[in-house]
Amino acid sequence: MLNPFEIRETIDMISKENLDIRTITMGISLKSCAGPDIDTVCGKVYDKITTLAKSLVKTGEDIEIQYGIPIINKRISVTPIATLIDALENPTTEDCVKLAKTLDRAAKTTGVNFIGGYSALVHKGCTRGEDLLIESIPEALASTELVCSSVNVGSTRAGINMDAVRRMGEVVKKAAELTADTQGFACAKLVVFCNAVEDNPFMAGAFHGEGEGESVINVGVSGPGVVKSALEKVKGEPFGVVAETIKKTAFKITRMGQLVANEASKRLGVPFGIVDLSLAPTPAVGDSVAYILEEMGIEKCGAHGTTAALALLNDAVKKGGVMASSYVGGLSGAFIPVSEDAGMIDAAKCGSLSLEKLEAMTCVCSVGLDMIVLPGDTSAATIAAIIADEAAIGMVNSKTTAVRVIPAPNKKVGDTVEFGGLLGTGPVMRVSDYGSGEFIARGGRIPAPLQSLKN
Amino acid sequence: MKAVITVVGNDCVGIIAAVSGVLSENKVNILDISQTIMQDMFTMIMLVDMGGADVKKVSDKLQETAKQMGLSIHVQNEELFNSMHRI
Repeated sequence: MLNPFEIRETIDMISKENLDIRTITMGISLKSCAGPDIDTVCGKVYDKITTLAKSLVKTGEDIEIQYGIPIINKRISVTPIATLIDALENPTTEDCVKLAKTLDRAAKTTGVNFIGGYSALVHKGCTRGEDLLIESIPEALASTELVCSSVNVGSTRAGINMDAVRRMGEVVKKAAELTADTQGFACAKLVVFCNAVEDNPFMAGAFHGEGEGESVINVGVSGPGVVKSALEKVKGEPFGVVAETIKKTAFKITRMGQLVANEASKRLGVPFGIVDLSLAPTPAVGDSVAYILEEMGIEKCGAHGTTAALALLNDAVKKGGVMASSYVGGLSGAFIPVSEDAGMIDAAKCGSLSLEKLEAMTCVCSVGLDMIVLPGDTSAATIAAIIADEAAIGMVNSKTTAVRVIPAPNKKVGDTVEFGGLLGTGPVMRVSDYGSGEFIARGGRIPAPLQSLKN
Repeated sequence: MKAVITVVGNDCVGIIAAVSGVLSENKVNILDISQTIMQDMFTMIMLVDMGGADVKKVSDKLQETAKQMGLSIHVQNEELFNSMHRI
């Protein structure tokens, strides 16, 4: 018989500390749907997604009932759509938007809450199809509800494509303007990556990579609240104890993820891909990564010491989780999306957390500048420069970094933007008053960095 | 499937009778019961064999009992606990 204390611990984690499976994401390859005619392609895409993911939501709900574990999101990721655009005869941006709408329709039919993969990988250069897809992103996101888009603009091996960075500054800006009535909501569905991973189950950056099979099940776990509660019991103890406590907790959380992943894979008849060991916060109080850092002894997230605390947390989560899962992948680390984390929102509102500090934090954790609301008058060049800074951190440190910022139209520092649901509430954050226009206007590529002589 | 049913709440007369009544009506076989007072709360843990019973139906019925008696009742597949607490 199981130990009653262990059973109580698990139940408390779920009912009091917000432990959940954040997402079951089914990756679907759309390579077989490529062809010269857009209408035929759209038909094939719709049919393939709705057939393969037909019982994804139902299966998720069944597992939820039988195991008593909340599974918050069921999602789909697909082959970067630029690949399909490239195969079209005389493609146009209208064709791209048509495909986006097809994805949206397929997502609604299957009942998932997001579909990712309206993407292009352009870290070295752009094909005609990728070029068109990038151009179409603002309209595609503004005219769909569930489609998420991502563009990879840099990598450690290729350097940074600064032409793509410049364009993404403009794309983010335009996406915000097209959805001004919802405070630039389209930008919450758009991520700009450096070193994007192919098996990420988390939105908005999920896509089904080149190296993936026909279809796959990836699972993302969560549980900042559980880690915080565990740390409450070791107040004042040295860091060795803190790290051990986080590792043990991460192990348990990940085992639950692995169990759900195996079960979903078995029931759906789709191979299991990876468990993503991420601590993903939600706006619910008690489900915050910032509160973990504060539990470690930082008075307010963003104060000096925050980066060190986050580095310890991120590393311990991975160490604990790796042994609990047979395959670990995705982004794996602590997320710090400002608008989705009650503690981050507080810290940004009171002035403790700045964009510069967040940038420093992204050096030691997954993923990057995430869900940050910027003043509406932030220029495209400034946004591009923010992307370039973040991509440089990823490129030099051989890690994934990303930028998901929302230049909320007509909003200024001090205002707050409500996105609702898991996307939360974002205080508008200050950006530098000085320009980066000439730097961004240069174009070309930043060469790949040296991988030795590391200091 | 084997499930763990956990019942937590203020102690009162008839908790075990009410819970096991629902289980017997739904042809759920009880394999093991442990009951104790933990942190001043009545805590009962049952290991049951769900057989062919509909988990959702049993769980919904137990939620009704939980509501009537002011308890908290969870029904969860046993594998969840094994995977989290056993290497």
